[in-house]
Amino acid sequence: MSEATTHDAHDHHDHGPAKGLMRWVTTTNHKDIGTLYLLFSLLMFFVGGAMAMVIRAELFAPGMQIVDPYFFNQMTTNHALIMIFGAVMPAFVGLANWLLPMMIGAPDMALPRMNNWSFWILPFAFSMLIGTLFMDGGAPAAGWTIYPPLVLQTGDAFPFMIFAIHMMGISSVMGAINVIATILNMRAPGMTLMKMPLFVWTWLITAYLLIAVMPVLAGAVTMLLTDKYFHTSFFTAAGGGDPVMYQHIFWFFGHPEVYILILPAFGIVSQIIPTFARKQLFGYSSMVYATASIAFLSFIVWAHHMFTVGMPVAGELFFMYATMLIAVPTGVKVFNWVSTMWKGSMTFETPMLFALGFVVLFTIGGFSGLMLAIAPSDFQYHDTYFVVAHFHYVLVTGAIYAIMAGTYYWLPKWTGHMYNETLGKWHFWLSTITVNILFFPQHFLGLAGMPRRIPDYSVQFAEFNMISSIGGFAFGLSQLMFAYIVISTIRGGKKASDQVWDGAKGLEWTLPSPPPYHSFTEAPEVK
Amino acid sequence: MSAATHDDYYVPHGSHWPIVGSIGLTTLLGGFATMLNGSTMGGKLMIAGVLIVLFMMFGWFGTVIRESEGGYYNEQVDRSFRWGMSWFIFSEVMFFAAFFGALFYAREFSIPWIGGGGNNMMTNLELWNSWEAAWPTNGPANVGGEYEVMGAWGLPALNTLILLSSGVTVTWAHWALKKGNRSQLVLGLLATVVLGFTFVGLQAMEYSHAYHEMNLTLGSGIYGSTFFMLTGFHGFHVTMGAIMLTVIMFRSMKGHFTAEHHFGFEAVAWYWHFVDVVWLGLFIFVYWL
Amino acid sequence: MSHKKSVWLQRALLGGAMLLGAGSAAAEYGLNMTPGVTNVSGEVYHLHMLIFYICCAIAVVVFGAMFYSIWKHRKSVGAEAANFHESTTVEIIWTVIPFAILISMAIPATKALINLEDASDPDMTVKITGYQWKWHYAYPEEQIAFFSSLDAKSNEARQLGSSVDPASVEDYLLNVDNRLVLPVGKKVRFLITSNDVIHSWWVRDLGWKKDAIPGFINEAWTRVEEPGVYRGQCAELCGKDHGFMPIVVEFKAQADYDAWVAAQKAQAGNSKSPVATVVAAVN
Ligand code: HEA
Ligand code: HEA
Ligand code: CUA
Ligand SMILES: [Cu+2]
Repeated sequence: MSEATTHDAHDHHDHGPAKGLMRWVTTTNHKDIGTLYLLFSLLMFFVGGAMAMVIRAELFAPGMQIVDPYFFNQMTTNHALIMIFGAVMPAFVGLANWLLPMMIGAPDMALPRMNNWSFWILPFAFSMLIGTLFMDGGAPAAGWTIYPPLVLQTGDAFPFMIFAIHMMGISSVMGAINVIATILNMRAPGMTLMKMPLFVWTWLITAYLLIAVMPVLAGAVTMLLTDKYFHTSFFTAAGGGDPVMYQHIFWFFGHPEVYILILPAFGIVSQIIPTFARKQLFGYSSMVYATASIAFLSFIVWAHHMFTVGMPVAGELFFMYATMLIAVPTGVKVFNWVSTMWKGSMTFETPMLFALGFVVLFTIGGFSGLMLAIAPSDFQYHDTYFVVAHFHYVLVTGAIYAIMAGTYYWLPKWTGHMYNETLGKWHFWLSTITVNILFFPQHFLGLAGMPRRIPDYSVQFAEFNMISSIGGFAFGLSQLMFAYIVISTIRGGKKASDQVWDGAKGLEWTLPSPPPYHSFTEAPEVK
Repeated sequence: MSAATHDDYYVPHGSHWPIVGSIGLTTLLGGFATMLNGSTMGGKLMIAGVLIVLFMMFGWFGTVIRESEGGYYNEQVDRSFRWGMSWFIFSEVMFFAAFFGALFYAREFSIPWIGGGGNNMMTNLELWNSWEAAWPTNGPANVGGEYEVMGAWGLPALNTLILLSSGVTVTWAHWALKKGNRSQLVLGLLATVVLGFTFVGLQAMEYSHAYHEMNLTLGSGIYGSTFFMLTGFHGFHVTMGAIMLTVIMFRSMKGHFTAEHHFGFEAVAWYWHFVDVVWLGLFIFVYWL
Repeated sequence: MSHKKSVWLQRALLGGAMLLGAGSAAAEYGLNMTPGVTNVSGEVYHLHMLIFYICCAIAVVVFGAMFYSIWKHRKSVGAEAANFHESTTVEIIWTVIPFAILISMAIPATKALINLEDASDPDMTVKITGYQWKWHYAYPEEQIAFFSSLDAKSNEARQLGSSVDPASVEDYLLNVDNRLVLPVGKKVRFLITSNDVIHSWWVRDLGWKKDAIPGFINEAWTRVEEPGVYRGQCAELCGKDHGFMPIVVEFKAQADYDAWVAAQKAQAGNSKSPVATVVAAVN
C-alpha cells in the first residue's frame, strides 16, 4: 500500500549525527531517541528498584526499623509509578523506536520531531515527580492508584504529582501516535499487515490502547485536582459524587494499562523463540487475533480490581466472567510458543533463556491472575501480598524479563558488539533463582493474611518476609550485572555479524551491525 | 538544506523546538502547581511558561509551514500527518469520555444509590436522612447552596445553532479551496471564525450569568462539577480551534494551500468538526436530558 | 532460634510441596488460605483450592510439554527443525478446552458469590465505621457504641526505634483495646462505612473483606457457630497508620454475649463514660 520510502531530505552522504550534548537534545533520529529512551528506562529501573530495596529492608523483620510509616508509603507509591511509567513503558517505546523502522523497512519514524518531544518530556516529568520527595509533607503516599479521599490529604506534592502524570500521559500519547503513523504509513512495499513481525503487531495494538486510555487517566487526575482545589464534588457523596467513581475511571485506564505493559513483551518473546528454535512461529495469525482479543477484553474487565467496593452482584458477575475469558487468548499465545519450540532445533543463548523464563514465570503470574478473577476468592486475596505476588510475576518476570531478553537479543545489532555470553547466562540464572525467592513466598504471605501496603506486620509473617527480602536484595544486586554487561557491550567487544543469530529472520538482520544512521534509505525488498 | 526530490520521505534533522516545549510545559505546570500551593511566584512562572510554549508553537509550526511551502513534503509525509491528527483527535475524544463517564456514573449510579437505590437502601436511611434522588442535584448536603438549573432552550440552543452553522461554513470553505476559489475560501473561514468566537463570547455570558445570578458554580455539587468541567473543557477547545482557524485564514490570505495540497486546513477542519460533535453530546446530555 | 530455623525449613519444603500440588496439609503452617469458621469462608476456601489444582494441572501439561521439547529438541542432541507452523484443528482445540475449563470454574464461583452477597434477613445488625486509624462499632438495637484501636503494647513496640521486641508482644499488631463482641449462631449483618477515607474491614476467618466508603454503606454478613476470637486488619491503604488498625472479633455463646451487652449498657449508663458520649455522637 505504501510506495518507496527512501532518503532523508539531506545530502545522502553526510549521515553523521551532530556532535556533543546537543546531538542528544535535538535529535530526530529514531535510533538516538531509542537509545535515550532505553538509557532513561535503565536509570529509572534503578531508582525504582532502590525504592523497592527500602521497602524490602523495612519489611525484613517485624517492628519499624529504618523508615517511618508515612515514608514507607511514599516509597511504595513512587516505586510503582517509577517502575511502570518510568522503567517499563519507556523501555518498550525505546525498543519500538529502534526496531519498528528497521523491521518494516522505513528510513525513520513517521513524525521525527514529535518523537523527540515524546522523549524529552519524560526527564522533566520524572524530575517533577521525584522532586516531591523533598517537599513539605513529603511525596505522594496514597499508592500508585491514588484513590480519593486519601490522596486529597497529600501536601504540597499533590499538584506536582498530578501534573507529572499529565506530562507522562502527553508523552505516551505522542509516542503512541508516532508508532501508529509509522506502522500504518511507513512500511516498505510488500510489507503487508499480515507479514509484519509480531513485535510490530503487538506494538500497533498497544499504541491503540495507549491512545484510548491515557487521556482517561488524565481526566481522572484532573477531577482529583479540581476536587481538591476548585470545590468540585466528583468524588464526594455529600455533593452527589462517589469516591468509587474515581476507581471506575482509574481502572478503566488501569486495566488496559497492564496489557500495555505486557503486549509488547509478548511481541518480543514471539521474535526470540522462533530464532532460537530455528523454526517459524507457530500460528502467526492466531497470535495476531489473540493479541487483538486481549486488547478488546481489556476494556471490559476493569472492575475486577474493585470486587470489594460493594458493587451490585450482577456487576461482580459480569466482571468476573469477562476477566476469566482473557485466559483463553493468553493461553493461545502460550500454547503457540510451546508449539514453536516443539520439534525445533533449540539453543539456549541468553535471550532465549530470558524468553523461556518469561513463558514459565509469566504463566505462573497468569494463573494467580485467574485465581484473583474469581470474585468470591478475591474477597480473600484482595489487597494482600497474594496480589503483590501476582503482579510482580507478570511485571518483573513478565515485562522486565522480556525487556532484558530483547536487550540481549538486539544489543549486538545496535552496538555491533557481542555481549559476554557467560556473564549473560550468569545474569539469567542469578536473576531467576533470586526473583523466585523474592516473590514466590509472597503468595504464602498473602494467603496467610498479610495485607499489602503495610510497613510492619505481626510476627507470624516474619520468616517469609525475611526470605523475600533476602531474595530481593540478591535480585537487586544481580541487576548490577545487567547494567555492567550493557555498558561494556556499548563500549566494545567482539564484533557481531550482521545476522548475529543464525536462526534470526526479519529485515533488521539484513542491515549491518551497527546499522546505518538512517535505517533503510532505499526501501528493501520484501518477499 | 538541500532540496528534496519529490518521492523522498522528509526526515528533518535536529530540532530544538521540542526541548523548548518541554521547558515551557514544565514551567507552566510547575508554576500552576506552585500557585495552587499558595505561592505568589506561581502566577509569574505560569505566564513565563505560557510565553515559552507560545514561542515554541510559533517556531515549530513556522518551521513546518516553511517546509510544507518549500515542497519538502510528499504524499507519504502528508499521510503521516493525517494519521497523526486523527489519532490525536481520538485521544481528545477519550479525554472527554472520562468526563462524560463521570456524568453518566453520577446520574445512573451514585445519585440513585445515595437516594437508596440498588443495594444502597441503608446508605440512604443511615447517612442521608431519606434524601430523594433527582437530577440535576448538588447532592444530599446541598453543596454550594441553592442554585438554578441551566435551561437548554435559551443561549445553549442558540449556541448549538451557531456551532452547527460554523460546521457548514467551514465545509463551504473547504469546498471553495478544492475549487481553487480563494476569496470564497477566506470568506468561509472568516464566517467560521466569527461564529466560533461568538460562541465563546456567548458561553462567557452564560457563565457569568450562572455565577452571578443563578448561584450555579463549579462548587454546586456534582451538577455544577460536571456542567462546568464538560462545558469548560469544550469551550477551551473551541477557543483553540477558533485560534487555529484564524491562523489558517491568514495563511489562506497569504496564498498558502493548493486545491490538492492543504492538509493544514483539513486538520483544523477535522478538529472543528470534532468540537462540534462534542457540543452535540453536551447539549443533549448536559443541558437537555 | 534453631527451633525457628527448622520451622522455616519445614515451611520452605511445604511451599515446594504446594507448588507440586500437595497443598492441603499446608493449611496449618500459615502457607495457605484456611477454611475459616463460616459456611462462606469454607466455600471460598474450597473454590480457591479447586482453581489452584486446576491451574497446577494445566501447568503440568504445558510446562511438561515445554520441558520435554527443551530436552528432546535441542540442537546439541542433533535435533533438526521441522517446518510445520500452523494447524487450525489444534488452535480450535486449545481455544475450546480452556473455555470449557473456565465454565467449570465459573459455576461454583457464581454460587459462592451469590451466597456471600446475600445479607437479607439478619438476626442483628452492627454498624462499622472506619476512622483514621481505628474502628468504631455500634449496635443500634442495643444502644452500644465504642471505638476499637491498636492495643497499647503493640503501639509502643511498633514505634520507630522502640526497644521493645515485637516477638515479646502477644498478638503483635493484631490486638485491640476493645473487641467487637458478637453472639454465635446468629446471622449478623454489618453496615460498613467510613468517616474519612476508604478503609476495608477484613477478618480472614470470616471469609471476606468489604470496603468502608465514606458516604455509602456496604452490607455484609456472617454467622459463626463456635465461640472464638478472630483477628484481622484494615485492608485498604488509609494513610500513615493503615498498618496499625487491627480488628478483633470475639464470638461468645448467647448467655455470655447477653452478659457482655448488659455490662456495656451499665457502663454507658454512667454519663461520664466516653462510650456514652460516643453513642450520643453517633446517633
Ligand atoms: C503486566 C501486567 C499484568 C498482566 C498481564 C495481568 C494479567 C492478569 N491479571 Fe493482573 N494485575 C496487575 C498486572 C497484570 N495482570 C497489576 C499491576 C495488578 C494490581 C494493581 C494494584 O492493585 O496495584 C493486578 C491485579 C489483578 C487483579 C485484582 C486483584 C485485587 O486487587 O484483588 C485481578 C483480578 O481479577 C487480576 C487478574 C488478572 C488476569 C485474569 C490476568 C490474565 O491476563 C492472565 C492470563 C494468563 C493466564 C491464565 C496464563 C496462561 C494461560 C494458559 C496456560 C491457558 C489455560 C489456562 C486456563 C484455562 C486457566 N489482576
Ligand atoms: C514494572 C513494575 C514493577 C517492578 C519492576 C517492580 C520491582 C520490584 N518490586 Fe514492586 N511494585 C509495583 C511494580 C513493580 N515492582 C507496583 C505497581 C506495586 C504496587 C504499589 C502500590 O501498592 O501502590 C509494587 C509494590 C511492591 C511491594 C509492595 C509494597 C507494599 O505493598 O507496601 C514490594 C514489596 O516487596 C515490591 C518489591 C519489589 C522488588 C523487590 C522489585 C525488584 O524487582 C526490583 C529490582 C531492582 C533493583 C533493586 C534495582 C537495581 C539494583 C540496584 C539499585 C543496586 C542496589 C541494590 C541493593 C542495595 C541490593 N514492590
Ligand atoms: Cu484503615 Cu487501612
Ligand atoms: Cu486488571
